[in-house]
Amino acid sequence: MLTTYTYPKFEYRTPPEIADGKTLRVPVVVVGAGPVGLGAALDLEQQGIPVLLLDEDDTVSIGSRGVCYAKRALEILDRYGVGDAVCRKGVSWNVGRTFFRDQEVYNFNLVPEPDHHRPGMVNLQQYYLEEYLAARAASRPNIDLRWRNKVVAVAQTGKTVTLKVETEDGAYAVETDWLIAADGARSPIRRMLGLDIEGKVFMDRFLIADVVMKADFPSERWFWFDPPFHPGQSVLLHKQTDSVYRIDFQLGWDADPEEAKKPENVVPRIKAMLGDDREFELEWVSVYTFQCRRMGKFNHGRVLFVGDAAHQVSPFGARGANSGLQDADNLGWKLKLVIDGKAPAALLDSYSEERIFAADENLVNSTRSTDFITPKSKVSRTFRNAVLSLAKDHPFGRALVNSGRLSVPAFLTASSLNTPDCAGDSFAGRMVPGAPMDDAPVLENGGPGWLLDKVGNRFFALYFTDDPAALDTATVAALSDLSIDGIPVQALVISRKPGRVADGMPSLEDAHGIAAQRYDAKPGTVYLLRPDQHVAARWRRLDAAKVKTAVARATCNA
Amino acid sequence: MALNLNPNFSEAGKRYFNAYAPGDEFYEMLINTHRDLSDEQSELLNARLILLLANHIGDIGTLREALNVAREGV
Repeated sequence: MLTTYTYPKFEYRTPPEIADGKTLRVPVVVVGAGPVGLGAALDLEQQGIPVLLLDEDDTVSIGSRGVCYAKRALEILDRYGVGDAVCRKGVSWNVGRTFFRDQEVYNFNLVPEPDHHRPGMVNLQQYYLEEYLAARAASRPNIDLRWRNKVVAVAQTGKTVTLKVETEDGAYAVETDWLIAADGARSPIRRMLGLDIEGKVFMDRFLIADVVMKADFPSERWFWFDPPFHPGQSVLLHKQTDSVYRIDFQLGWDADPEEAKKPENVVPRIKAMLGDDREFELEWVSVYTFQCRRMGKFNHGRVLFVGDAAHQVSPFGARGANSGLQDADNLGWKLKLVIDGKAPAALLDSYSEERIFAADENLVNSTRSTDFITPKSKVSRTFRNAVLSLAKDHPFGRALVNSGRLSVPAFLTASSLNTPDCAGDSFAGRMVPGAPMDDAPVLENGGPGWLLDKVGNRFFALYFTDDPAALDTATVAALSDLSIDGIPVQALVISRKPGRVADGMPSLEDAHGIAAQRYDAKPGTVYLLRPDQHVAARWRRLDAAKVKTAVARATCNA
Repeated sequence: MALNLNPNFSEAGKRYFNAYAPGDEFYEMLINTHRDLSDEQSELLNARLILLLANHIGDIGTLREALNVAREGV
């Protein structure tokens, strides 16, 4: 088989504890250096927490696996310092075509909404994402990244989690205050702690192939329902980087995975799909089944579960790595406050609650897609085919075609960390308490940038005004004094006109009024923003006492 | 009343942040209503459902249009 990618082999170093026999004592251990574990480590490191990151392997994901990274994940990756690398290497696609039997039913063009830094999604093989994250982690002095270090035992007593870690040179012990389990769908940590994860296995199998096309092929997503070259099943073709295309064939439950994977069986399928004249080479083939399930809660004492270890969804809609990165995004700042003694451990319950809400939304959406793509009964298939036959001519039919819904972040509207709008304040638009922030173009000192790059990692109070130079001293003084009990709240003025705020307070210019429009802001409007770029509260006029109360609420200090 | 062929699902008092959500929600309810029925039972359920919805719409002109659109594609 061809290879367009050279897998890195990360260096194993003998842990010093093997020679000195001492127990290693650290504040946080992350187990699993996949995209989510690496993300969690980078998040905490940016908060100033040293992290020990352990992985039993010494390379990145084999085969493309995760393919599609959605806007919110890209914004989080920006915060972790790898957003540019991922977007540079990844490919964008806007046109999707849907086929039913031998006909194209319709196509769509997801023209990105203008004035956002990141597009709706980019496609990129997972190994690239992991490579960039691993390189970033390796460059951070506060991350102790140990490859080929396998956790073989875990125990939790009181406020300490004890691990036994095995290497080729022997075993050593680690004691930690907090353990983040990012060790994947089969999570050995979860199993060793005897914790359950509940849900169902879908009775279906999929063959996935990475194929290198020899000639140009459009950057589009093609989805077939019941195509002549693979009757009764579905097929997905997706563009990736390096002329590698990802093809997913639904096989049905009765297929023999070992037989299906053999090149002599895979190649004819792809030939039938592409037509015989198009040249290609196979790069990687795998067969997978999937489960939809999640843990009852994601925090168990001092052990916190993130990503596939906590929840698994069907692959339709790219909700695995995308939601896992959002787990890391949600957890990092909360764990930092708890470690620093500035928030009670109850704040970690909100991690579980908020991410369970998001996981359930992902489960609902991916299950709906799965049920549409692979109908489980005759009547379900009839309805599916009826939708596809209506889609050709009628817009309502097109809206019902569900070949996977793009991963979008959950609006955490029910979170106990939110402060509801005051009775007299009315706001239009989407930026409700609990909403993931919308991006907007801004100018900083006259230079172009993006709102989301200017906030995050701590609380911000975003204050909208017309003319920054005209802000009165009382307002500036109030904005300068919003922190509570050692929890910093950074004021950031965002103004329609250029200029500077007295006192050197940071400010952004919203030259085209796009931020004001997206946040339905008027002069005097204040947004309290969480370190993970979610709206915590908002007001039509600044009242420092209300902001402080909202900060207390958002940190379980109320 | 002309037959509405544009996406039209919603629920009073419910806020949707994604355009596809209400349609997907209806479709899920529809498929779930058929769960564990035999093919024959499902056919009966569908017939009952069509009669209920047709009576609710009431307007014969709209129903005639819907019947024609449905028949065209079969």
